[in-house]
Amino acid sequence: MTFKIAASPHAHQRRTTQQVMRWVYLALIPGVLVQTYFFGFGVYVQLALALLTAWVAEGLAMRMRGRPVAHAWQDHTAIVTAVLLAISIPALAPWWIIVMGTAFAVIVVKHVYGGVGQNLFNPAMAGYVLLLISFPVQMTSWPIPNELAQLQVSLNDTVSLIFSGYTQAGYNLEQLRMGADGITMATPLDSLRNDLNHQLTLSEALTKPIFDDLAGIGWAWINIAFLLGGLVLIKQKIISWHIPGGMLVGLLVPAAIYWLFNPDQAITPMLHALSGATMLGAFFIATDPVTAATSNKGRWVFGLLVGFLVFVIRTWGGYPDAVAFAVLLANMTVPVIDKYTQPIAYGHGGRS
Amino acid sequence: MSNEVNTYKELTWQGLWNNNPALVQLLGLCPLLAVTATVTNALGLGLATLLVLVGSNITVSLVREFVPKEIRIPVFVMVIATFVTVIQLLMNAYVYGLYQALGIFIPLIVTNCAIIGRAEAYASKNPWHHAAFDGLMMGLGFTSILVLLGGIREVLGNGTLFDGANLLLGEWAANLRVELFSVDYPLLLAILPPGAFIVMGFIIAGKNWIDNYRAAHAEKPEKQVTRARVTSQ
Repeated sequence: MTFKIAASPHAHQRRTTQQVMRWVYLALIPGVLVQTYFFGFGVYVQLALALLTAWVAEGLAMRMRGRPVAHAWQDHTAIVTAVLLAISIPALAPWWIIVMGTAFAVIVVKHVYGGVGQNLFNPAMAGYVLLLISFPVQMTSWPIPNELAQLQVSLNDTVSLIFSGYTQAGYNLEQLRMGADGITMATPLDSLRNDLNHQLTLSEALTKPIFDDLAGIGWAWINIAFLLGGLVLIKQKIISWHIPGGMLVGLLVPAAIYWLFNPDQAITPMLHALSGATMLGAFFIATDPVTAATSNKGRWVFGLLVGFLVFVIRTWGGYPDAVAFAVLLANMTVPVIDKYTQPIAYGHGGRS
Repeated sequence: MSNEVNTYKELTWQGLWNNNPALVQLLGLCPLLAVTATVTNALGLGLATLLVLVGSNITVSLVREFVPKEIRIPVFVMVIATFVTVIQLLMNAYVYGLYQALGIFIPLIVTNCAIIGRAEAYASKNPWHHAAFDGLMMGLGFTSILVLLGGIREVLGNGTLFDGANLLLGEWAANLRVELFSVDYPLLLAILPPGAFIVMGFIIAGKNWIDNYRAAHAEKPEKQVTRARVTSQ
């Protein structure tokens, strides 16, 4: 018979913000690696630009507010914001896109509302929405996955493309985005949306080279990598399963029902789950501890709402992907959710 | 006499800064946010509002003795609507391009709470010349914020200033157009309604910052030391 030595059940180690944030960006690494594999070194360049901007913006904002600058740099929340924004935008977008988005996210969305823990909206997603509605062309010009690309882009070319708009051989982004047939390729969700709007059936729309058996080429693996990172976070108890679970249920159940009734004109649940920013959104974006609901029941409601909004916007809205809008809209409802899902302490209230 | 001067000074100060309808009372936000994509539109709507405000303030002040308290609001609305119609027809006749650009927001001046607010709060209680001056200052305060907001949004979104000024001021004003920088990809957000809210927020924050700064640096009145008498006489 073995005797296990276990810690007392009441012993509790509280994690600092820094530790929580460090886990979050460590768990993002697999997804970032896979994204780099499919979309090239641009991801790293965007990350570097975003981190630098976030560092400067954070320092600037803290100084203007008369607060200790070093303190803000140490809590690592700006790093997470920068990383999330950098991997949400197209890898070869011009440099000023990510700089403007990150600066807006840190200065306006976070510090104007009172800094860490006070912001109403998810900074990374608010920055993303600013960019998406201001610069729709740049924000939807995703490079095509490497294995489909006609021209391979080297690191030097990537840097030159991001800073000047042209590779060293003089190709611009539009030319790089052309497939073998000379037609610019859209992201899977974009392409599906266009084709379904043009009265093609789902099976016809899926014959485009951007799709393989699973989902969009590249995108499926990126989503799986983020899913794995997210599961690590749940295992480490950095996030609870309620928000990601709620979001996936809220997205996939309506999607499945809609697809069963409408198999030719609707995106399959599989494509919903493995395209766009679904997994990144479910595990890393919607779970932001500041802007999401607080209690477990509230988180479940919040997750369901985000997922359902993603489904609604993807199906009937004006944009192909919807995680950013869904998260911001759900952020607005958080005070109400928190009010009605406040847990009752044992011995208080309840039915008597 | 100096009392009179003081009144005008106070009205000016209230209208332009302390009680600015756009910055402090936050009245009339709907046109403020909707039409300020360019300086020209902002100036056009600001001037129209100013004229309506002066006219309605004078009229309300003149009839204030004859209007029963119970039905004063409908009467004020009728007065305001009359002036708005006059302005609308004038704009239709003389600045047709701007009239088309502003569209529904000209008739909507009727619903601008800044106007009925001044009629109710000031004009219905004060003599007509004070009311007229109050309308002028409140209108100027409103117009200046409109133009400031329009200027910031136009620069951010288009890189120009006074684009289309000829619609408002006549052909010579076409030369007023300044192109500060040319942008390949305009910051659409600044032109869209959310940009108006964000810029407006920053303008209000700026005003509050100036107020705080002034309060902190104002001369503090000397502390008067009053001694408590502890010994009996």
